[in-house]
Amino acid sequence: MLEAVGLVKRFGGFTAVDGCSLTVAERSMTGLIGPNGAGKTTLFNLLGGYYRPDGGQVRFKGRDISRLKPHQRFRAGIVRTFQIPHEFARMTVLENLTVVPPGQLGEGLAAAWFWPWGVARQEAKIRARALEVLEFLKLTHVKDNPAEALSGGQKKLLELGRAVMSGNRCVLLDEPAAGVNRALLGDLTERILDLHRIGYTFLIIEHDMEFIAKLCQPIYVMAEGKVLTEGTMADIRRDARVVEAYLGHSGAAA
Amino acid sequence: MTLDSLALYLVSLATMGGIYAVLTLGLNIQWGMTGLMNAGVAGFVAIGAYTTAILTTGPSASHLGGLGWPVWAGILAAGGVSAVLALPIALVSMRLRSDYLAMATLGIAEILRLVVRNEDWMTGGPRGIAGLPKPFETLGTPVSQLAFLGLVLGMIAVLYWFAERAHRSPWGRVQRAIRENEVAAAAAGKNVEAFRLQSFVFGAFAMGLGGALLAHNIKFIGPEAVEPLIATFLVWVMLIAGGSGNNRGAILGAFAIWTLWAATEIMTAQLPPELGGRAAYVRIFLIGLALQLILLFRPQGLIGERPPKPLGQID
Repeated sequence: MLEAVGLVKRFGGFTAVDGCSLTVAERSMTGLIGPNGAGKTTLFNLLGGYYRPDGGQVRFKGRDISRLKPHQRFRAGIVRTFQIPHEFARMTVLENLTVVPPGQLGEGLAAAWFWPWGVARQEAKIRARALEVLEFLKLTHVKDNPAEALSGGQKKLLELGRAVMSGNRCVLLDEPAAGVNRALLGDLTERILDLHRIGYTFLIIEHDMEFIAKLCQPIYVMAEGKVLTEGTMADIRRDARVVEAYLGHSGAAA
Repeated sequence: MTLDSLALYLVSLATMGGIYAVLTLGLNIQWGMTGLMNAGVAGFVAIGAYTTAILTTGPSASHLGGLGWPVWAGILAAGGVSAVLALPIALVSMRLRSDYLAMATLGIAEILRLVVRNEDWMTGGPRGIAGLPKPFETLGTPVSQLAFLGLVLGMIAVLYWFAERAHRSPWGRVQRAIRENEVAAAAAGKNVEAFRLQSFVFGAFAMGLGGALLAHNIKFIGPEAVEPLIATFLVWVMLIAGGSGNNRGAILGAFAIWTLWAATEIMTAQLPPELGGRAAYVRIFLIGLALQLILLFRPQGLIGERPPKPLGQID
């Protein structure tokens, strides 16, 4: 469904992503792991359209989307979340969700001014959908609070909620478990599994190995801007190169 | 001061406050709703004021135009020209982060000020353009002053309606999302540049209207009237004092700060003549002090922002 083909991204003399290829199959939960600085988030930014690749291609449903801007990739059908939550701080939790759906009539000034009835009708539907999503995420009790008042874990849930509101079925999650307490993590895992069951495709970056092992297959391992290997968790654990990448050369020798 | 002249003074005070409210609403659309730091309000005021001056004055050799248009047409054209000229400015500057946008707009406004000061054939240069028609003048005192105040208040009402409805619609919600986090807004599929551009042009339209009202009110426009202090800084203080992000706050702030500004004029006029020359700076100091106090003790302004009630939702 989503493919990276030989992606390259350089920052000055430093090559952050160095010929990366990976494939996210439709309805899969593909994992992406690697030590810090491996280039995972850079790869995500290339997939999401935040960087232009210096080489290679991003393909979605067979189409080259390398040159599309972030909002155009959203329209193509991809949605991403952020490692550090990017909530709309001074907007309510509910508004953080209702702002997302594409094709809102009232986003045009003409309709906002002269056709409020049409806008209101659509708003009612969007609001109902947002309330459903909040129920699903167990955030209903904070719906009218400003998003900045949420806990770190709740903000992560809100990120997922925004992805759901998009209507896009290809979701890129950047460290969804980071900073989420154990109790909430269970919820988050369940919610992701629920979405997967109804047909969502995920690509997940994560450091929490337990979380990845539970959710993802296949798993890609990145190090120094390259994809080292891919496979199931068991395959990866057996791979000496992965151990070396995580522990360094001396660690592997020891 | 007799009671009559006091009443007339209050009317003129309210008229100027109202004209500033139009400008402050324009800035609120750009900064309050979308987070566009326009430090060149004066530039759009100048565009509006000179546009209507050129269109509505009688024939003259000392500046461009003198087409003798009716006042209402001049005022609308002022908004229109300001919006049209905002478009290319927006196209080149909407990608800039807020602080860089501030520098760019400040620079553009200064260029415009130098243009009006030096392009005598068009603007009359330092002498400005005099003899703008003031509507309702044939009605005599005090009806004409009251009628002009009514025009200004009507303009505020119409602009408020458009700004408020935009703010409460999904359009306004996207603008606030962009203001809060533009990266996330793009990730939510919003074309950030296109939205910002609309907000910038909308705000510039209001500023052009305000500039035109300013010129018609005193029947004159010259380069001094579009100095950054009086036409940019004061508008910013008004918006911050009233409550950025809140249209009512913007209007309230304009009236409150204009009253304060006028009061400092009365106060400094009492000073002995040897200090009179420095009085202008004292006024600036006092307004700066007021801004500092507001930022320290009431950073959200008199009426802070609150989540707008969505269109059509009845609670």
